[in-house]
Amino acid sequence: MKRLSSVLAGLLVLGMAATSFAGEIAVKGSTTVQPIMQKAVEAFMAQHKGVSISISASGSGDGAKALIDGTTPLAMMSREMKPTEIQQANAKGIHPKQIVIAYDCITPIVNSSNPVKNLSMAQLKDIFTGKITDWKDVGGAAGPISVVSRDSSSGTFEYWGEHVLKKERVYARAQMQASNGAVAQVVSKQKGSIGYVGLAYAKAPGLKDLTVEGVAGSIATTLNGTYPVSRGLYLYTNGEPTGDVAKLVNYILSPAGQKIVASVDYIPLKSLKSAGKKGKK
Amino acid sequence: MHRRTKEALIKQVFLATAVTSLAILALIMIFLFMEGLPTFHFVSIKGFLGGLDWYPTDEARPDYGILPLIAASGAVTTLSSLLAIPLGVMSAVYLAEIANPKVRAIAKPVVEMLASLPSVVIGFFGMVVLAPFLQDHFDIPVGLNLFNASLMLAFMSVPTIASVSEDAIYAVPRELKEASLALGATHLETLLRVTIPAALSGIGTAVILGMSRAIGETMVVLMVAGGAAVLPDSLFGPVRPMPASIAAEMAEAPFRSNHYHALFAIAMVLFVVTLGFNVLADYISHKHRQVGSASL
Repeated sequence: MKRLSSVLAGLLVLGMAATSFAGEIAVKGSTTVQPIMQKAVEAFMAQHKGVSISISASGSGDGAKALIDGTTPLAMMSREMKPTEIQQANAKGIHPKQIVIAYDCITPIVNSSNPVKNLSMAQLKDIFTGKITDWKDVGGAAGPISVVSRDSSSGTFEYWGEHVLKKERVYARAQMQASNGAVAQVVSKQKGSIGYVGLAYAKAPGLKDLTVEGVAGSIATTLNGTYPVSRGLYLYTNGEPTGDVAKLVNYILSPAGQKIVASVDYIPLKSLKSAGKKGKK
Repeated sequence: MHRRTKEALIKQVFLATAVTSLAILALIMIFLFMEGLPTFHFVSIKGFLGGLDWYPTDEARPDYGILPLIAASGAVTTLSSLLAIPLGVMSAVYLAEIANPKVRAIAKPVVEMLASLPSVVIGFFGMVVLAPFLQDHFDIPVGLNLFNASLMLAFMSVPTIASVSEDAIYAVPRELKEASLALGATHLETLLRVTIPAALSGIGTAVILGMSRAIGETMVVLMVAGGAAVLPDSLFGPVRPMPASIAAEMAEAPFRSNHYHALFAIAMVLFVVTLGFNVLADYISHKHRQVGSASL
């Protein structure tokens, strides 16, 4: 019995030593940013032995919360931090620093059988707030519009609500779906429906992506700023990143990291330097 | 070890296990109410249960009215029960009284196996098979709707209802049936006038267990109910039952925010409803219990 307990104690000490030696980083936040982070971390850990990084993605809000609580040194977010969140952070002596790592472009999609090709921002707003309910009012064949939206907690919904709905409420009859994939699935099966998804999901069979104000959502139109519904994807650190966190951030911003961004269908920053920096701070 | 000490020890062990499960249940309840009750600091009970608008993430003026969610849960459960109860009870009658032993030996495990289908599979079926079918054949704009969800939930509660009722019908004492047949009643008369009434408490319990399974089911309604937080006004309109709302929103609700507390308050409502169902089931099975074959 005594021997067993001393062995256990030894193991415990060893375990503690191991965790304190290895750089253990817990990254938290947005599910939108997660695919980039996942691949980047895998590649980064292969290059830097001894650094251990875990990722948990449950939403931008959780990322901000974790940074404020000090439970993560690196938060992933698909929206900018809100002033209230920055205030909370400052009150705890944490100074969030924003790092733009990629862009995402959100496109309205309709069923491929729908003749409508283009909608203005005003029409999109009226459709998603329930003021326009028939396709004939926006130049399509007569028939009810069924609105498909992301759930009210998702970063994509928040972005859509702010930039397209101008903070008005989404139509109560909108069908709320839990993921980009589910929205694409529903719209591809329902003839009269309209939804919005990240660019990567807009090309699925059965779907047609609409142009907004005559501009099609694409990498080029997002980067030159002509497409109106695009957003940045961010990392937040407490002050200037240091140590392994800084290395990881630099890796994501490096050409290799940006290649990963493109491989998971987001838009890399690369060619943006010429178009003027969009990131603040 | 002395035999008596051993006996006492075993008794203690069983007591401890029983108390543990009770304690865990109590802790979950305490946690649920601790996280849910703060909701009523920012919205009145009446405004919460009776409010028509569910916009918890609206920054300027959030609304926390869950009447559309309660109504959706109610509608989905009622409609699925209307479909599942006749199906479940009639299959139980068939299995217990009519089917010959060979058929029964195969059919009963199959019905019970339906219960082990993961709900995500049923939800997926509703989403990719039934929804397009409904749209194409009934010319309705939205395939993910109240009817679709109810049908999928009925699939899930039929096995529960059938299996529990079958046990109840099967357990009706032989003497009762034999007495009825001996008095010249036909098989059908015996079934309708003697066997089923004698098994009624068991069937009642089965129905309520089936319903409580339907009301608490999350994955299916999340996938196929459509998710619009409006009062159900049509069989083919999208709805958003309570479990779907909790599952869809909890992950992104900031910890201890108003939204977070409101979701726990919905869970409280759901808990009270399912508890009610279970208490009712218990009451029915006790009140109408068949005590000996003479008491009919």
